[in-house]
Amino acid sequence: MAERTVPTPTADAASAQEPTRSEEVYVAPPADIYEDDQGLVVLVDVPGVEPGALDVRVDRGVLTIQGRAAHAAPGDAVYREYELTGFFRQFQLPEEVDQARIEAELKNGVLTLRLPRAPQAQPRRIAVRAA
Amino acid sequence: MAIADPWREIEALRREVDRVFSEVGLGPLGRPWRLAFLPGRAARQYPLVNLHDDGQNFYVEALAPGVDPDRFEVTVLGNTLTLSGEKRGLPGVPPERIHRSERAAGRFVRTIELPAEVDPNKVSAEYKHGLLVVTLPRAEAARPRRVTVRG
Repeated sequence: MAERTVPTPTADAASAQEPTRSEEVYVAPPADIYEDDQGLVVLVDVPGVEPGALDVRVDRGVLTIQGRAAHAAPGDAVYREYELTGFFRQFQLPEEVDQARIEAELKNGVLTLRLPRAPQAQPRRIAVRAA
Repeated sequence: MAIADPWREIEALRREVDRVFSEVGLGPLGRPWRLAFLPGRAARQYPLVNLHDDGQNFYVEALAPGVDPDRFEVTVLGNTLTLSGEKRGLPGVPPERIHRSERAAGRFVRTIELPAEVDPNKVSAEYKHGLLVVTLPRAEAARPRRVTVRG
């Protein structure tokens, strides 16, 4: 078998580049992040998004929130102040998050994510024995 | 001590600038975007609204995520619609525990003048996925009437 030192683009590789260049416009939704006793809480405003159109995933310590918003009112628009588009935002998670126990809830257009601390990162009280 | 990587810093700055421009830039059809997802602090009016019309009803769609449905107040007087309510902030979270705070919160009130008279008794409102949709049927006198043309 001939050994190739210069990679030649295959049909697959050439066509694989196309779908990444979509015309879609994404915006970064505003987020609040705070800490509670269990871990981190992330709140993200995602108005107009149904639970099925929302994609939340964690991959190699990166939290990705992605979705599509749709208008709720019927009829023709006669006056517009905003557009609803897709949205996309990523956060780097600190190492001590227990990725298996992340919870997500969508209510009134706000996504609430609870990222609990991993057990080894929980503060531990050390009992002091009298000598 | 860690040495800061200047290229990384420049890259981060470039990304931030791109992000800011993309938010105030032009949409694909060349019309200015008022982007949906950052309507908070900088917006002079809150909530932002879109007005739809299907001939029978007006629909006012307001972008107001995170409002308790009970805290909305929707009133109609003549052809004027008033939306008010409150978006709660982070209740009971001490400031030192907050890492990021971008979602605006507070009380709001907005008055919208509709292009025609509506029937105030038949107005209804629904709050769904962070969008408030107010349905306002046109008043009988404001409905278009078809006139037959005699030959």
